[in-house]
Amino acid sequence: MDEKDLELLRILEENSRLSAEELATLTSLSSCEVEKRVLALEAEQVIKGYSTVINWERVGNGEVSAIIELKVSPERNYGYDRIAERLSRFKQVKTLRLMTGTYDLQLLVTGKNMQDVSRFVSEHVAPMDRIRETATHIIMKSYKENGNTLFELKEPERLPISP
Amino acid sequence: MRNFVSRRAEEIPPSGIRKYFDLILTMEDVITLGVGEPDFRTPWNICESSIYSIEQGTTSYTSNKGLQSLREALSRDLEQRYSLRYSADSEMIITTGVSEGLDIALRAVTDPGDEVLIAQPSYVSYAPCVTLAGGSPVPVRCTEKDRFRLNPDLLAEKITSRSKALIINFPNNPTGGIMGKGDLKAIADLVIDHDLLLISDEVYAELTYEGRHCAAATVSDLWERTITLNGFSKAYAMTGWRVGYLCAPQKLLDAALKIHQYVMLCAPVMGQVGAVEALRSAEDEKNGMVSEYRLRRNMFVAGLNRIGLSCHMPEGAFYAFPSVKETGLSDVEFAERLLKEQHVAVVPGSVFGAGGEDHIRCAYAVSRKDLGTALTRMEAFLKTL
Repeated sequence: MDEKDLELLRILEENSRLSAEELATLTSLSSCEVEKRVLALEAEQVIKGYSTVINWERVGNGEVSAIIELKVSPERNYGYDRIAERLSRFKQVKTLRLMTGTYDLQLLVTGKNMQDVSRFVSEHVAPMDRIRETATHIIMKSYKENGNTLFELKEPERLPISP
Repeated sequence: MRNFVSRRAEEIPPSGIRKYFDLILTMEDVITLGVGEPDFRTPWNICESSIYSIEQGTTSYTSNKGLQSLREALSRDLEQRYSLRYSADSEMIITTGVSEGLDIALRAVTDPGDEVLIAQPSYVSYAPCVTLAGGSPVPVRCTEKDRFRLNPDLLAEKITSRSKALIINFPNNPTGGIMGKGDLKAIADLVIDHDLLLISDEVYAELTYEGRHCAAATVSDLWERTITLNGFSKAYAMTGWRVGYLCAPQKLLDAALKIHQYVMLCAPVMGQVGAVEALRSAEDEKNGMVSEYRLRRNMFVAGLNRIGLSCHMPEGAFYAFPSVKETGLSDVEFAERLLKEQHVAVVPGSVFGAGGEDHIRCAYAVSRKDLGTALTRMEAFLKTL
């Protein structure tokens, strides 16, 4: 991993749709070299995938997201890993993190509607062994996702020409 | 009625970019590569802390030299970043942008009849400011052959017994040229031999893409005869905040401070508060902007060379300075026709003085998308010639 790899990662994190040619001109590498590096980063699982930031509110499909906090009794020898891995396998769980503080695991869960989310929590998450307590927080509105603000920012006004 | 306008004001030429400004305002969908300022917003933590301080009622004058906390933070920052040592108490003034710093520096050192050498192409205000200070500007040409570094031989040719000071600006507006330590050493020998003062405008210092910026005052024995000018505009995207600084040995500083206290009193306090925050917490944001400029530079300069405008790789600032000589048009004709026919605004190099002719300045402080569109339009324009 060198400076050029880091540069490529920073560019791709912001926009993964650039072609190898575009990446090449930005970084002053050849497109062959870019492709080689990106393949290597994928192979090393540094690049885990390519996704799109979507403002679902605009789509208006009524999808609901919730942050779920779990208090969990850790297992001897495994800590939180096994239970976290089990939870991760549900496709409703978009993000899962182990936290410091008053609870242990934090899940970001999405569902078609409120019932969908609450059924998932009450039927799949809460009854699981070792889960002592759950708290569900429905997300009311999102202002920023993955570094992208979801509200309009006015373009800064600049003079059309200046010395 | 008499003509009340002073001879001095009559003497200085109007800005060479004014006519483009008026023309652009009549047009739609112009992509402008003519703007000498970052396209980023000021990092929010800087804005937020300034807004908070206004809410708290921090709206008064500061001391003439500027906020103590800002000078102390700057003093540490300059030492850490460039090994540049200036005392916060006696060798530093916070100015209203580098523009004011330049003005008071020149007024502090220029007597009638003094010649002030200016490494050109250069920012448009240097020569008029020398005139306004009562001196005579003497351009020294930097050439593409030297990658727009200041060549000591060309400098030596222009030094006379009346030479008092030399103004340099590296990384350079408009060429993107830089001066490394070795380049500065060669200049330092001449400056010291001829007992000149050096005024070094380093406002683009942080926008250095290969290696680190070398501050002129750290080279040879230049410190005692150098006025260093710098500011927050370019590195932190804070152009409208008007915060710069002038650093110099105490005797020179005291002279500049006298002028500053009468003409400016102090730099705006809101800007100074924002600048403190910039030094405290905006390093990452600044680095992010610099990385983005580097990507744009690589992409844009490769594009210029591809479409047939030969361009050296600029090592600093955010300007590409391609030659238009091959097109058979002068830089002024090229810029005017490109604007009228393809709605892309650039600045003709001759506006920036000696060595600028036959070049155009393209600021790549615009989005990559706009740079791409500009290249497409420029290519279409070149095909019509």
